[in-house]
Amino acid sequence: MKYKSQAVAKPYFIAAIGLFLAQVIFGIILGIQYVVGDFLFPEIPFNVARMVHTNALIVWLLMGFMGAAYYLIPEESERELYAPWLAHLMFWIFLIAAALTVIGYLAVPYARLAEMTGNDILPTMGREFLEQPTITKVGIVIVALAFLFNIGMTVLKGRKTVVSLVMLIGLVGLAVFFLFSFYNPTNLVLDKFFWWWVVHLWVEGVWELIMGAMLAFVLIKTTGVDREVVEKWLYIIIAMALITGIIGTGHHFYWIGPPEYWQWWGSIFSALEPLPFFMMTVFAFNMVNQRRRNHPNKAAVLWALGTAVLAFLGAGVWGFLHTLAPVNYYTHGSQITAAHGHLAFYGAYVLINITMISYAMPLLNGREANSMRSQVLEMWAFWLMSISMVFITLFLTAAGILQIFLQRYTETPLPFMVVQEKVALFYWLRVISGLVFLGGLGTYIASFFVAAHDAKHPQAIEAGKVQPSPAAV
Amino acid sequence: MAQVFTKSMARNIFYGGSVFFILLFLALTLDTSFALPERDQRHQLDLSTEVGQRIAKGKELWETNNCIGCHTLLGEGAYFAPELGNIYTRFGNNKEAIKAFIQSRPAMGIPGRRSMPQFNFSDEELDAIAEFLKYSSEINTAGWPPNIQG
Repeated sequence: MKYKSQAVAKPYFIAAIGLFLAQVIFGIILGIQYVVGDFLFPEIPFNVARMVHTNALIVWLLMGFMGAAYYLIPEESERELYAPWLAHLMFWIFLIAAALTVIGYLAVPYARLAEMTGNDILPTMGREFLEQPTITKVGIVIVALAFLFNIGMTVLKGRKTVVSLVMLIGLVGLAVFFLFSFYNPTNLVLDKFFWWWVVHLWVEGVWELIMGAMLAFVLIKTTGVDREVVEKWLYIIIAMALITGIIGTGHHFYWIGPPEYWQWWGSIFSALEPLPFFMMTVFAFNMVNQRRRNHPNKAAVLWALGTAVLAFLGAGVWGFLHTLAPVNYYTHGSQITAAHGHLAFYGAYVLINITMISYAMPLLNGREANSMRSQVLEMWAFWLMSISMVFITLFLTAAGILQIFLQRYTETPLPFMVVQEKVALFYWLRVISGLVFLGGLGTYIASFFVAAHDAKHPQAIEAGKVQPSPAAV
Repeated sequence: MAQVFTKSMARNIFYGGSVFFILLFLALTLDTSFALPERDQRHQLDLSTEVGQRIAKGKELWETNNCIGCHTLLGEGAYFAPELGNIYTRFGNNKEAIKAFIQSRPAMGIPGRRSMPQFNFSDEELDAIAEFLKYSSEINTAGWPPNIQG
């Protein structure tokens, strides 16, 4: 850590991991409800658990992005953060708003929550991923504006690098496109059309800029490769992301009312959407192969390479699998969508956040890298979570193919619920994979405590009981 | 090789490409907005008619009860419960059948099975929801879903 104010990133990272744990626990509840339909009913119905699962994901990824920005922007700008106190204040506002929202989801019926929060004044609730009460949405906008002001001023007053510029463009885009969540006309087609301006233009647009900047930052730091080389890669990756991803939004417009020409625009451009992710993989491996130093934080490098590979698999390959209109005609809104969603979010956005946390947390705690013991635990966590997520994806894909055949493709299509029972085996296997994933996350959390313990007891290392951090070698 | 493709070329591709495709996307959006009146059944949404009022109320109830948290509507939402974009046709073009189904859900669920919660809607609210689902089924969705099962 070069600048004192980078420390504001730490609470963001801790809260992010806490929410990640909540997300996974609710994910397992959902997985069980898929096979034991009345599990926790009527106390926690499926829709409530799902809101907690998806909203916790969104909030912790945003927490991670903000933490990452507060960490990397001062270092790139070569100056202290413009207003560290504002970053601290916004952290608490964001965390309390998120906590109150989740309590609201769990404590009262959703309709009552809508009533209590004045949804009828400006109705924005009840749309997938945007279920937050309108006042929470307003809170998110305020936090985002204060955050952008803070890092924007830091960038303006300091050294301007491509990494910080791309990060800033991505974050501004994130805030701008979120504003479409306030547009909710009765016309269902218009509602859905512009809903995608938030959802698609986030995850297949500006978030890729944020991800690219974070990956570039960690690779510069851990490989020592010349910044010029990294920046050229970064530009070309994000260029491809936006060139393919903006018109690629069309792959959501096939069956929700807009004209049929979107089937051509959407298919052609979204078929190219794997390209930026493929380039990210090539980029990450190239940089690590050409490294000029061996950074002692081996775990961070593993997370970075894992991000590049699994983002390509989840977002790229699994996205391509069902993006062409004639295929999507059958796969739209099936378990194939769920399979893609899981591996894409995990590979791209969960892993880039953990990469950043894994790189920055030891530095925020005053050491270049954690003890080897702690890093080995992190590597175990990486493999446990990644392999179990790949299996979750494979099981959901199998369930999806069967579902599509039985419900949509065969001459004698069966009703939805009949089909759900026929594919239950794969839902059981998915729950088991989910439990392994939880074990991986537990291992990851444990690695922080082991790192803290080993840092506090260096004598254990001297006595040869524990392997030292590679930083000390 | 490194000199052939420079960083400033990469930067120009990023800025030029992004601006070009944002403009193209806006142009396509504008064209779509001209085409939509023929496809999105907006004439039903007129708030001076009873049907229009019912649809608006129905969409509000659809949202404030988080129906999308289990169901898909035109293929979007959660994949836990049946597609509802064509429920009106699947239930034999019968709004009463939709109302009866929602009304009959047991409050404590069905042992071991998935069950829709009992929302205790009034008859007026049920009418609104059924009207909203009828309207949804009449949107031109380019022939999706593939069959009546959704």
